[in-house]
Amino acid sequence: MEFHSPTSFAEASALAAKATGITRFLAGGTDVLVQLRSDLVTPDTLIDIKKIDGVGKITCNADGSWTLGVAVTGAEMSEHPELGRDWPGLVEAMDLIGSTQVQGRATLAGNLCNGSPAADSVPAMVAAGVTMTVTGEDGTREVAVEDIPTGPGKTSLAKGEVVSAVNIPARGDNGGDAYLRFIPRTEMDIAVVGVGVNLRLDGDTITEARVSLGAVAPTVLLVDACAEAIIGSTLDDAALDALAAAASAACNPIDDKRGTITFRTEVAGVLAKRAAKIAYARAKGEDL
Amino acid sequence: MALDDRKSEFTFVGTRPDRPDGLDKVTGRAKFGADMSAPGMLHGAILRSPHAHARIVKIDTSKAEEHKDVKAIVTRADFADVPFKPGLEGEFWNVLENVMAGDKALYDGHAVAAVAATSALAARDALKLIEVEYDVLPHVTDVDKAMAADAPVIREGAADYSVPQGMHPNVVRYHESGHGDVEAGFAEADLVIEDSFVTEATHQGYIEPHACLGALGSDGKGELWCCTQGHWIVQKTCAALLGIETSQLRVTASEIGGGFGGKTTVFIEPVALALSRKANRPVKIVMSRSEVFRATGPTASASMDVKIGMKKDGTITAAQGIFRLQGGAFPGAPGDMTAMCAFAPYDLTNVRQVGYDVMSNRPKQAAYRAPGAPMGAFAVESVLDELCNQLDLDPVDVRLKNAAQEGTKASYGPRYERIGLVETLEAAKAHPHYSAPLEPGQGRGISCGFWFNHGGETSVSLALSEDGSAQVMVGTPDIGGSRASMALMAAEVLGIPYENIRVTIADTASLGYNDVSHGSRVTYASGLATIKAAKHAVEKLCERAAAKWGIPVDAVKWQDGCAVPSGPNAGDFDPMPLADITADMGRTGGPISGHFEATPEGAGVSFGTHIVDAEVDPETGKTSITRYTVIQDAGKAIHPTYVEGQFQGGAAQGIGWALNEEYIYGDDGRLQNSIFLDYRIPVASDLPMIDTVIVEVPNPGHPFGVRGVGETGIVPPLAAIANAVSNAAGVRMKQLPMSPPRILAALKANG
Repeated sequence: MEFHSPTSFAEASALAAKATGITRFLAGGTDVLVQLRSDLVTPDTLIDIKKIDGVGKITCNADGSWTLGVAVTGAEMSEHPELGRDWPGLVEAMDLIGSTQVQGRATLAGNLCNGSPAADSVPAMVAAGVTMTVTGEDGTREVAVEDIPTGPGKTSLAKGEVVSAVNIPARGDNGGDAYLRFIPRTEMDIAVVGVGVNLRLDGDTITEARVSLGAVAPTVLLVDACAEAIIGSTLDDAALDALAAAASAACNPIDDKRGTITFRTEVAGVLAKRAAKIAYARAKGEDL
Repeated sequence: MALDDRKSEFTFVGTRPDRPDGLDKVTGRAKFGADMSAPGMLHGAILRSPHAHARIVKIDTSKAEEHKDVKAIVTRADFADVPFKPGLEGEFWNVLENVMAGDKALYDGHAVAAVAATSALAARDALKLIEVEYDVLPHVTDVDKAMAADAPVIREGAADYSVPQGMHPNVVRYHESGHGDVEAGFAEADLVIEDSFVTEATHQGYIEPHACLGALGSDGKGELWCCTQGHWIVQKTCAALLGIETSQLRVTASEIGGGFGGKTTVFIEPVALALSRKANRPVKIVMSRSEVFRATGPTASASMDVKIGMKKDGTITAAQGIFRLQGGAFPGAPGDMTAMCAFAPYDLTNVRQVGYDVMSNRPKQAAYRAPGAPMGAFAVESVLDELCNQLDLDPVDVRLKNAAQEGTKASYGPRYERIGLVETLEAAKAHPHYSAPLEPGQGRGISCGFWFNHGGETSVSLALSEDGSAQVMVGTPDIGGSRASMALMAAEVLGIPYENIRVTIADTASLGYNDVSHGSRVTYASGLATIKAAKHAVEKLCERAAAKWGIPVDAVKWQDGCAVPSGPNAGDFDPMPLADITADMGRTGGPISGHFEATPEGAGVSFGTHIVDAEVDPETGKTSITRYTVIQDAGKAIHPTYVEGQFQGGAAQGIGWALNEEYIYGDDGRLQNSIFLDYRIPVASDLPMIDTVIVEVPNPGHPFGVRGVGETGIVPPLAAIANAVSNAAGVRMKQLPMSPPRILAALKANG
């Protein structure tokens, strides 16, 4: 196995481009090292991107948007004084992953690029409209989070491409987000269903919404029908029922050791309603 | 073992001092299984079958042997040729077949070869170079399917004499017992309920994976360090499997990170010794968590039919249970225990119980706290709860009305001596939990539970030091704070402070045979032996004092740590403290020690009653346990904190077993969830504070009245939680675990 510690994303990209066999980028390592130890994936090339300048920074830009380095950890996000005020749902989603020890290492980009349909931060990022800056041999491009996973363990990133920054939009006025997942326990578990909701109000009426579902299909879903079900409403019971129905209808899950098709389909609707209520209350300025 | 030794007042017993191993454990100084190393040590790794059932056609180790870091490879050919004998006598053969497969791989994870190399990584890499050719066979992992006519046969000829003619060869033992006429009893009932119940296999979930360090020379002399609940059985088994003399293998038990019955046999120890013998170097093996799940011993899964008749006043007229237990690819599933324990809390005129031990393509089951009893209690106490609901009777009153007492003929045969079931039920009824109001969406469940408890072979030595301190050597690994309990009991007899006594788990070369720490026997049997060994030392102390005073020994008695004249006529001497006698013992007759060994028979059966409140989310089927109270008869609590710990531990493990833990097998017969991410034991935030009530109805078979408390606490939870969940959900839950998908499906089916 070859191990590299490049000092720039261009160098990281070049190393990955010329590598043969299996390549993995190492940020927090909470998936890569576990897979290595359990013989699931033994990389031929391991590229540590934590030595690159700025990867640990959380920056609030002049327009209110945020740029996060790819090695920013869940713990750093949770403890940031401002980020959680803008995007409580996104920060909470990240905080749900793993133990305290894992939180000290795990990153948004890693959670995304691991390609798990059950990744907790991904539906929250999709709902929030987060994009990733991707560096390749030909320079950088900006990609919406929902366009990166293509199936379990698979992404749309080309050989030699590496995520180099996380871009979170400005919160703006009268907005709120929320993420809820279902697990049989209270923590230290993996989502059986996850739902992220992000919306904006004009008065009591929802004017914008993005709803994302996790663990109910081969990739995390951005469900327009869910958004349409609540846009224009005051999140009354009829809108909530329509939201639940749209969420359940969008599900394309599997039966496995973590849950059944019937269960996931049903609970996706239940969680969509509950998450929407929280996002709505947050948009109204309630501190939830 | 008699009441005349009973003390009515205790000085040390019943207090709560810090545990002697506490500082070592919280500072990391304690040495567990994987913490031992030796010069020149190699690392072992085990190749495991990916198939549930397959004939092993060929194992080619040649490429692995060429690996520069590999020093030895073993397969079945490297073990002693123990002739196959069915039934109990063949247990050595079963264990050998389990630790290293013979002709067939019998379950996913079954060991087929092992490597010793200079590093753990090299050993793991070398495993990938071993080529095994399998002829995959049909498999079965479900107990009911394993009994069906078309089930693949795991092994012909494994059944013993007890199995009736015409059963499938996978049924290997059969138990039937009871008394009275159940059909006549059912005819007398106002309501008869018959229902079927299913439980899945669960793992004990001990936090420390199995680990050992073994060294065996070509001269047949060996040393073994391992985490185990009983190192004498390890010694005996390893010696048999490797064809060496038992006494030539010295086994030392490490500190143990949990066992719960799962560390009462061997898995990796004979393999490490076989590798060591071949490599002529010490070999260490440490299991991964995945190996622990796939290839150690979970409990059995069960399929059960229970029928109970009741009168309108709550009197049980008859009870019948059929219990089918699957225990993996070997005989041993405790269907007999399930049958015998199921109705044991009740005074029944008509009772019949049947137990089956069934083999399937799963790992060889091992003991798990009160093996077999929790499943039976789940089925029986669920039917009782349903009878109470339908007859509108109070569940505690009904259990009190039918409760077994001293003199009751037990469902499994004998008459009970003094027991404490009624006292636990009365304590339940009086407990504020039982009368506390429930919130909407919550339900309350009650269950009783029974376990036999065990005595077992026991040997303890105690030696006094010149400064008046004492060392106690016991042979039962400390799995629940027993060193503290032993020190308290020795302090009580010797009359010296708890802190002046050091209790050590002696190795196999230091004491005679000790049974494993199982059957809730340690505080009872090792405790009894410690008391007797201390009394033996006291006799010698009195002899020395008598000699110093020049009076007959029967004119000296032992009181508060001193020899004193037994009465005014014996002479006028000041009390002589223990330390004054030991200070010059070398000149007054030599070292003073005490010893006791026996197989005590008065363990005293044990009962408990649990109260549980559960809340079910009707939209997701998710359960939270909102309140839990454990009430159990401890006979006499030597160290009440550790008694409470045992009670709480039973409730915690029961919550996991009832709600989310299960072995999940795919259609391919492979275990789907061999890590803690998907084998869902409760995390701390899943549990409520667990309240405890210690009932003390002294056991006549122990000098201080002790009854074992380690196992009974796991018997009621499955049923108590199922009753609480069923009452909260408004639908009877008959299958464990009551995972959210199952509860949601039941809610939907119920409309």
